[in-house]
Amino acid sequence: MPSLPDIMTPDAETLAKAQGKGRAAPLEAGSPEHDLFTGLTRLGDNTLILGHRVSEWCGHAPVLEEDIALANMALDLIGQTQLWLGLAGEIEGRGRSADDLAFLRDAWHFHNVLLVERPNRDFGHTLMRQFLFDAWHQPMLRALEDSADDRIGEIALKAGKEVAYHLERSADLVIRLGDGTDESHARMQDALERLWPYVGEMFHVDEVDVRLAHEGLMPDPASLRPAWDATVTEILAEATLIRPEGEFFHKGGKQGRHTEHLGHLLAAMQWLQRAYPGAKW
Amino acid sequence: MQPDTETVWRWLAEVPDPEIPVISITELGIVRDVDWQDDTLVVTVTPTYSGCPATSVINLEIEQKLREKGVDKIELKRQLSPPWSTDWIADEAKEKLRAYGIAPPIEGTGAAGVVAGRVRRLTGERLTVPCPRCGSPDTRLVSQYGSTPCKAAYQCNACLEPFDYFKCI
Repeated sequence: MPSLPDIMTPDAETLAKAQGKGRAAPLEAGSPEHDLFTGLTRLGDNTLILGHRVSEWCGHAPVLEEDIALANMALDLIGQTQLWLGLAGEIEGRGRSADDLAFLRDAWHFHNVLLVERPNRDFGHTLMRQFLFDAWHQPMLRALEDSADDRIGEIALKAGKEVAYHLERSADLVIRLGDGTDESHARMQDALERLWPYVGEMFHVDEVDVRLAHEGLMPDPASLRPAWDATVTEILAEATLIRPEGEFFHKGGKQGRHTEHLGHLLAAMQWLQRAYPGAKW
Repeated sequence: MQPDTETVWRWLAEVPDPEIPVISITELGIVRDVDWQDDTLVVTVTPTYSGCPATSVINLEIEQKLREKGVDKIELKRQLSPPWSTDWIADEAKEKLRAYGIAPPIEGTGAAGVVAGRVRRLTGERLTVPCPRCGSPDTRLVSQYGSTPCKAAYQCNACLEPFDYFKCI
């Protein structure tokens, strides 16, 4: 640990460069490597940011068993992040590790969907966010198993086994809380309505998605919608919750345009590497 | 002199799992290959869960064990595919788990995603996990996650013992 922490360094990229990382030329936008790097950071940033959000419950959940379950799910997600961002760094070829990508990028270089950076609010809201994501995550990973890049297929197969349990758990709790007491029902309906405008981004297609799908590397996000719709419609009906009708959705996260919430999250997540550059244990 | 790979497998069988010390890493099925490449011993290990914090401890313990036995040049390789399955846990090891208080995985009962879960809820058909303490089949799921991601938390309705169930993946 350095004797004088450099807490005034404002820019994560400057820190990374000071540590000799990312010195090689950046990938050219639109190149196949840049597309793949972007696609992989989208996957890894989704799991990282959601994993961090879920980990914020550690020590605060309503009952001990749920506290432990949330921490374990966060662990799964962060483990998957290491695989996705590790591969992203390898593809990029600038010597950046998964840790470098997690801790030494600024908000505008994160590519997660806006849904996962939404604040936790109450336990029901956290579970609803998890369910809406898991219902997308599972078909996404299943499609990725057939990626033209075997390394992607291997990670997807591994992660998919874990995510099957995530989805079972979040769907089960959405049903129990939705079809629970008046209070829990009202909170779940409220959560659903608050989160609904962030759902559409998961299926929104941009030019990077088109090229990745064309190469057979990653699925067209829009193709995941029917599976998601089927799961969500079925579970919400059983949970006695009313599916909102609006089609409007916020977007931009996948391209690095985030809500104010991500900066606050990163401040908590990255402060150690910023205050003590290069700290290891 | 290079010890043969059979000897190395025997040494690795002495390395306990850091979280469940009654079974070894070879019984857990995570050591996938042992091979000499010239003068370097290459040990291939697969993670149980991608975020399992025991993975780095296991790597450290493998290295320590091999150094104790006089092997200097060691390479640890991570292999993701095929992904680890609880089916690879040796039968004797399943009995050791039970004796240790952890209900061993029941083959063929892994999460298949939401559809299977929904069917189970609607039909009331629940997975029967016998209590590792009293053997009663009358137990209930408390949470899909127990003390680690690989386990679920159960409680026995007969003897009231809370216990971990090693989930199938």
